[in-house]
Amino acid sequence: MAILSLRGASKSFGALKVTDDVSFDLAPGEALGIIGPNGAGKSTLFNLITGNLRPDAGRVFLDGRDVTTETPMQRCASGIGRSFQIPQPFDHLSVYENLLVAARFGGGLSASAAPDACMDILRRTGLAQVADRKAGGLPLLSRKRLELARAMATQPRVILLDEIAGGLTDGECGELVATIRAIHAEGTAIIWIEHVLHALTAVVSRLMVLNFGKMLMIGAPDAVMAAPQVREIYLGIEA
Amino acid sequence: MIWLDTLIQGILLGGLYALFAAGLSLVFGIMRLVNLAHGDLIVLGAYLILGLGTATGLHPFLAAALALPLMFALGWALQSALLNRVLGDDILPPLLVTFGLSVVIQNALLMGFSADSRKLPIGPIEAQSLPLGPVTVGAMPLITFGSAIVVILGLNWLFYHTALGRAFRATSDDPVTAQLMGIRPRRIFAVATGIAMVVATIAALYLGARANFDPAIGPARLLYAFEAVIIGGLGSLWGTLAGGLVIGVAQAMGAAINPEWQILAGHLAFVAVLLVRPRGLFPRAND
Repeated sequence: MAILSLRGASKSFGALKVTDDVSFDLAPGEALGIIGPNGAGKSTLFNLITGNLRPDAGRVFLDGRDVTTETPMQRCASGIGRSFQIPQPFDHLSVYENLLVAARFGGGLSASAAPDACMDILRRTGLAQVADRKAGGLPLLSRKRLELARAMATQPRVILLDEIAGGLTDGECGELVATIRAIHAEGTAIIWIEHVLHALTAVVSRLMVLNFGKMLMIGAPDAVMAAPQVREIYLGIEA
Repeated sequence: MIWLDTLIQGILLGGLYALFAAGLSLVFGIMRLVNLAHGDLIVLGAYLILGLGTATGLHPFLAAALALPLMFALGWALQSALLNRVLGDDILPPLLVTFGLSVVIQNALLMGFSADSRKLPIGPIEAQSLPLGPVTVGAMPLITFGSAIVVILGLNWLFYHTALGRAFRATSDDPVTAQLMGIRPRRIFAVATGIAMVVATIAALYLGARANFDPAIGPARLLYAFEAVIIGGLGSLWGTLAGGLVIGVAQAMGAAINPEWQILAGHLAFVAVLLVRPRGLFPRAND
């Protein structure tokens, strides 16, 4: 059974349809990439999955259970973790405390289990050196890593990554891909919105293309990238 | 020597003002809610202690211990049923609702207890004092000040060393992201207001033990509390204590010069601090 399903999900802001009849299934442990031009409705799709937005039409299912009316807190507890495109750490908490909050409240870990789990995640995401720094004072790369680390700390079964490779150097990007592959290898399902295609294709086994809120295509990355309509609309290349 | 004595009395009085202010500071720090009924809730706490003491025959200190859980429950219910509904991007609705609440509490107390001024009967300890070097200090002001320190220490421990405290700070930073971390902001806010009412009850005990109170004195307590929070810098509990001390010392000094100047001196000190440090003495680093 699919771990996460959308059925005919639609969302409009005024006259603008930002999500238009999107349906897909995510298998347990699968890694799905999402690409599309700016304004295609990629982050809105994440907001519909996390529950920050309610769809105007359509349903959201977790493990086959309809969670369309559930709050973000309930969905977090059911195993959805999310990182933001623009990092939104708790500025006045230390990096370690950011993870601790996520692990205790989102991941449901006990007071004795949470510290070790958080330290482990800090090491894996390369944040151990800055564990005691206030998150508000971190540079961009560390803030992006913190987004990933904090999402991991909620012990998700599906992790939603929103453009976390943007603005990184090749070396940093390589480290990030290795970390994400390791998360994937442990069985966590991933949906990753990304413009950095080589990073994306190093991890995902399926690719979805969004354009004007509509799902243009979904399938194997090679086939999707070779499709004429994708090359025309997404890459701006005349087919 | 009279000045040293005045300084000490002012500092001890500042402890009371810090107690008035700590609950206000806590609630503002976590949910950016300015509770204009805070002073009246303290007065309500004083009447609750008085009522419980009269009904059970217990000493006010023990009656206050009984009042603590009741006031926590009141704060929780108030936040859940009323204040959570008006929190949002617009700061005006919570101001209007808590202002209305202030009027309601004052009039309810007036109906229930009349306009007569009352006092908590704390017995002989009221008149006791102990020599402290060159000056003599009253036992109650000393206990009040000690309680303020303990309350601030306790709140700081709660804030920085418990899971609940981290949830407070996370929600204060970003309630939307906090929800994605599994935190329920409304429940966090209800607990915070409950704790603020516990602190208000402690403040009420010392308010009622120190001087007479009647249903109309809430707004003036709110004003002192407000000034203490602003002087200290928004969001800093130790700052709130410092703010209480500044007002306490200024009032004591003013009163020493001329008894009519007591209240005015406190307000002047507030204005003076704002002129020199508009963000207070200990503003949060990166707001």
